[in-house]
Amino acid sequence: MATDVMPAHSEPARPEDNYLTASRGFMSWAVTLDHKRIGVMYLIGTMTAMFLGGLLALVLRAEHLSGNPNTLPFVTHDVYNQLFTLHGAIMVFLFIIPSIPAALGNFILPVMLGAKDVAFPRMNLCSFYLWIIGAIFFVCALLTTGLDTGWTFYTPYSTNTSQTNVVLATFGAFILGFSSIFTGLNFIVTIHTMRPPGMTWFRMPLFLWSLYATAIIQVLATPVLGITLLLLAAERMFGLGIFDPKLGGDPVLYQHFFWFYSHPAVYIMILPAMGIISELISTFSRKPIFGYRFIAFSSMAIALLGFLVWGHHMFTSGQSEMVTIIFSVLTFSVSIPSAIKVFNWLATMYKGSIVLATPMCYALSFLFLFTIGGLTGLFLGALATDIHLHDTYFVVAHFHYVMMGGTLVAFIGGLFYWWPKMTGRMYNEFWGQISSLIVFVAFNLTFFPQFVMGSRGMPRRYYNYLPEFQVYHVLSTIGAFLLGFGLLLAAIVLIVSLFKGKKAPANPWGAATLEWQCTSPPPLANFEKTPTVGNPYDMNSVVWDPDTESFIRRGDVPTVKDEATPAHS
Amino acid sequence: MSDHHEDHNHGFSHVMSPGILLGTFAVLIVMTIVTVLLADSELIPKGFDVHVALTIATIKAAFVMLFFMHMIYDKPLNTIFFLFSIVFVSLFLGFAMTDTEQYQHRIDEFNYNEVETTP
Repeated sequence: MATDVMPAHSEPARPEDNYLTASRGFMSWAVTLDHKRIGVMYLIGTMTAMFLGGLLALVLRAEHLSGNPNTLPFVTHDVYNQLFTLHGAIMVFLFIIPSIPAALGNFILPVMLGAKDVAFPRMNLCSFYLWIIGAIFFVCALLTTGLDTGWTFYTPYSTNTSQTNVVLATFGAFILGFSSIFTGLNFIVTIHTMRPPGMTWFRMPLFLWSLYATAIIQVLATPVLGITLLLLAAERMFGLGIFDPKLGGDPVLYQHFFWFYSHPAVYIMILPAMGIISELISTFSRKPIFGYRFIAFSSMAIALLGFLVWGHHMFTSGQSEMVTIIFSVLTFSVSIPSAIKVFNWLATMYKGSIVLATPMCYALSFLFLFTIGGLTGLFLGALATDIHLHDTYFVVAHFHYVMMGGTLVAFIGGLFYWWPKMTGRMYNEFWGQISSLIVFVAFNLTFFPQFVMGSRGMPRRYYNYLPEFQVYHVLSTIGAFLLGFGLLLAAIVLIVSLFKGKKAPANPWGAATLEWQCTSPPPLANFEKTPTVGNPYDMNSVVWDPDTESFIRRGDVPTVKDEATPAHS
Repeated sequence: MSDHHEDHNHGFSHVMSPGILLGTFAVLIVMTIVTVLLADSELIPKGFDVHVALTIATIKAAFVMLFFMHMIYDKPLNTIFFLFSIVFVSLFLGFAMTDTEQYQHRIDEFNYNEVETTP
């Protein structure tokens, strides 16, 4: 086996090699085919959506402060319905689904593969513009009549009763679906065909495995959402009898259609987050990931099993008893691969030299919050308890622990982790850690009381409530504003770093995956020559170099050169 | 990555023989007849007829894909992807139709006029 040492830190030959400075002007971004720039544009877009969705959430929580109608004068009961609908729709379709794959994934995936770009750069740009068009549809719905169906667009309310612009919003979601499919297709082809020599499937970083599993779901499940929304729009516009029982349709069938996409979509949201956590835990524990193959296969298992459990959203919908029991049993099976991941992350940390850098603080928050979110899902998967808990704040707390405590927290952790690579600047570590602490405490203050009031019978989506629930609502509202402050602080820390941050070295964290071998920020073509590949989790392959203030690869570590042909040939 | 045959010339290096094509056609016809026969058969327990029909349809789709669409000569992973897609369609339709069948009597028995006249 040959020994090949890859320089960890090589300055680009010319300053314009940096992807940020290679070309200037609006059009250089608007028509760029560079995956990194598209990733950055997605990042700005999804963060804007998150800001908007977050503001709507804060208005909702403020309305619940007193328990009396019109705590906020402009929030009538109709406006309240529109607020929670738009909060959910914006957060799900515009932020959580595209956030990690389209923003971080677009930027990191090709660099992690040692490739110059994704397989279809034009399709990548098209995907971004489809996202923009979908977002415009949503904003139009918001600015015209609003939307009050809930983010699930359940029939027959959405087809027969709602006076809001349902068709506009469903077309928005339809277009966003295409954006998601394009991203997924691109990632599948890129991973299949553009891996560098030596990067076999089981030498691939786990973030790539998670993006691959996510892409499969995006490609297989999202078309069903498109069909469902088209049927809904057709029924609303032309009075076709698909979901309306008066016309021979079946409203429960709509829920089957919707959740056949939307439950796998939950895994579109959480799987990439799990991939980020695998990278963070290993890097900041200074240990190889424990149970690599189990984590990789569990991503695939989640992707496949995720298709078989959609009926657990419909236990009280009028779904038949036989199918309900089958779905309940299947639901418990999907918890196994998730638990495998959590135990492997814990085992990775065991006896590791844990570094509590900001990304690791967010990763630890993820472990705590995702575990609570996952375990409370078992209460909802069990038929007897679900009858009591269905449509209460318990459900709201459960999915916020998974979606926000899981995906959002992992996303922010990943953003802090790859920020030096993306921008070439180091952020203030102290304030980053403080932000993670505030987010963790505030998150629990917001959503833990919701478990309590939900189990005591407080229904979700209610405009007002009985006096005995006020204490929980007040705690939750205080937590929500504190959470908003924590997230704002995290944003400020990152934005300030752009202007005042220290220049980032190539590998500030000592990670062994390929993206840390190119400069920060990466050159336009990522790598001047295809990098050679070693074990992505061999933390002994890098060593701190005080001269460059960066981790560099050890000269005596052999890298794999036993596969002469490219991986895709 | 893979060591099997691939066609990089974008031409037809593997012409399917008429025997295989006709054989596939015959299998599809036989399976269609079997589906029709089983539809009225009492051998299939009530509620499972949808799954039997969908299973046969899935096998038929696999035959079309493998032989008519030449997927049998493609990378095994691509074939697996396509097969999984068909299986998932079958599962989706199977579960949804089984459910609909189970509660259909409730919809049939429901009197809409009664609901609309109730104050």
